[in-house]
Amino acid sequence: MSAPHDTAADFDAPGSTVFTATGQDWDQLTDLLKETPEERVVVNMGPQHPSTHGVLRLILELEGENVTEARCGIGYLHTGIEKNMEYRSWVQGTTFVTRMDYLAPLFNETAYVLGVEKLLGISDGPDGVPEKAQVMRVLLMELNRISSHLVAIATGGMEIGALTVMTIGFRERELVLDLFELITGLRMNHAFIRPGGVAQDLPPGALDEIRDFIALMRKRLPEYAALCNANPIFRGRLEGVGHLDLEGCLALGITGPVLRSTGYAWDLRKTQPYSGYEDYDFDVITWDTADSYGRFRVRLAEMDESLRIVEQAADRLSRLEGAPVMVADKKIAWPSQLAIGTDGMGNSLDHIRHIMGESMEALIHHFKLVTEGFRVPAGQAYAAIESPRGELGAHVVSDGGTRPYRVHFRDPSFTNLQATSVMSEGGMVADVIVAIASIDPVMGGVDR
Amino acid sequence: MSDETGKVPEATTESTTGFPGAGEIGARVGMFGVTGSGDTSGYGGLVRTVALPPLATRPYGEWYDQLADAVADSLGEEPRVVLHAGELTLIVRREQLPALMRQLRDDARLRFELCSGVSGVHYPDQAGAELHAVYHLLSMTFNRRIRVETSAPDSDPHLPSLVSVYPTLDWHERETYDMFGLIFDGHPSMSRILMPDDWVGHPQRKDYPLGGIPVDYHGATIAPPDQRRSYA
Repeated sequence: MSAPHDTAADFDAPGSTVFTATGQDWDQLTDLLKETPEERVVVNMGPQHPSTHGVLRLILELEGENVTEARCGIGYLHTGIEKNMEYRSWVQGTTFVTRMDYLAPLFNETAYVLGVEKLLGISDGPDGVPEKAQVMRVLLMELNRISSHLVAIATGGMEIGALTVMTIGFRERELVLDLFELITGLRMNHAFIRPGGVAQDLPPGALDEIRDFIALMRKRLPEYAALCNANPIFRGRLEGVGHLDLEGCLALGITGPVLRSTGYAWDLRKTQPYSGYEDYDFDVITWDTADSYGRFRVRLAEMDESLRIVEQAADRLSRLEGAPVMVADKKIAWPSQLAIGTDGMGNSLDHIRHIMGESMEALIHHFKLVTEGFRVPAGQAYAAIESPRGELGAHVVSDGGTRPYRVHFRDPSFTNLQATSVMSEGGMVADVIVAIASIDPVMGGVDR
Repeated sequence: MSDETGKVPEATTESTTGFPGAGEIGARVGMFGVTGSGDTSGYGGLVRTVALPPLATRPYGEWYDQLADAVADSLGEEPRVVLHAGELTLIVRREQLPALMRQLRDDARLRFELCSGVSGVHYPDQAGAELHAVYHLLSMTFNRRIRVETSAPDSDPHLPSLVSVYPTLDWHERETYDMFGLIFDGHPSMSRILMPDDWVGHPQRKDYPLGGIPVDYHGATIAPPDQRRSYA
């Protein structure tokens, strides 16, 4: 089992010996290793390793405990979502993109939908996406930013042994997911944000739940700061680790908290506002250390800012009761609304009565929109939004048909993960974990 | 609904030969995605042009003219520009790409510091320019975005690698190679990135099947998604 690999020559590493370690008696392995005096080893970490943030495979070349070369192997979660979308209608596309970066589903939906709306020529004005839909999008995205940053901090803490950070992070995230379930019906994979607006109006009582959540989070977010900010072990593990300056970030295309940890206040919500972000009062958080600790502090403070936006959005929603949540254009808007019936939620019975009993035209219209879908004028558009991990871009191409001709997602996890080598090489193997956690890659977004 | 497809943008009169990415790209026949059956509706005879937005002519407005001037300096010719949905696209020949991108990054009038990656698009009907590569650039200095589009024929799917200009393109070019078979010459490690190393074919190409199996349900058979009616 621990014998030198007899096909070592196949590995294209002349002069080296390959040992396979698969949980055997370590004495045998160390005896064999004694025969080779060099300290240089190549270690495969992952793709099934608890500290690689999902199915990320790391190929580390080590001199003792020092990393001399770090490379990533990705693709283990490739699902072909972009290909699949080319065989579904434009509306069905939202059900696919929501599954890409599964910690930020509402951002994926918004980026895609903004791209489609650009091609459709749906403006932000009175004829465009209604105000209430815009506010709901912002509300959901900011709640999602909180839940995503909570996971980033929680898993990052877990990987360095700070298990309390993990347990309380997931505890709070659960509260956000409860809100998602209340508003969209699902904890993830919502497909709630649709071309032209959102799928459904806010349910009764949602605003009260959101206000309770805000009040609770105002108490609990400071707990993270109290637990970590000045904690000498936490700081010792994070400070100075995974350093990447502004120049490096721009060369490697890195955005989001990693970029802002270099002190550059680049946030698309401020610099290129979309969905009405210019109407909200919030600050862009930066830090000046360009290391893992700075990224932690940026994420922590961004949750407070998100909470401010959520509060403002909730106030605006309280004045928008009964307002439409879908574009008025009946050629785009989904014809049916959901309603609660005696057997649970389903298509509105009023709508079914209308199309089945009252209007043949309405039936045809419903049938055409649901089976065939609307057409999107030919052309291409690129919509970029500030996801929790950086610039999330959707390149949407239409040939004028009822299906996307091509949709490509510029996922920030994919791009940012390229920094693994520059952040890790020259450091210790334990710091690789911290550096990668500070990038916060989500493999569903990396591989798509 | 379907009537609106008649409103595709007018194709330009200027020749787009050698610069695909604007204007007509094909035609759509029929209406309901059904062919080969006895058509008594008359809809089967419909022929509609499929056209991407046309090339724009000067003046472009806003900061676009200033950009076109700066780009014209290095290209040595007037750039091909498409303005659509509030976005500017520069359409260039592949051999112009390295010098142009370097200028877009370094020129004090342009300053596109950040490249958001490259996205491939496959147009199997565009003879001689089947494979397109689309780059999205962002200037943080001026807070502007542009798109640069180029193409390569399927018979010679080579593009110059731009990793030396924008190192972020390393993985993006590998992904585009993996999915479309576009080979980026000069890339430090042109290999697959998402699909397994020994995979055959490039999945995002239009001639690559989606795959899938029919599903039986109470005696009826539901075809896999790529074999269902498409409404073209």
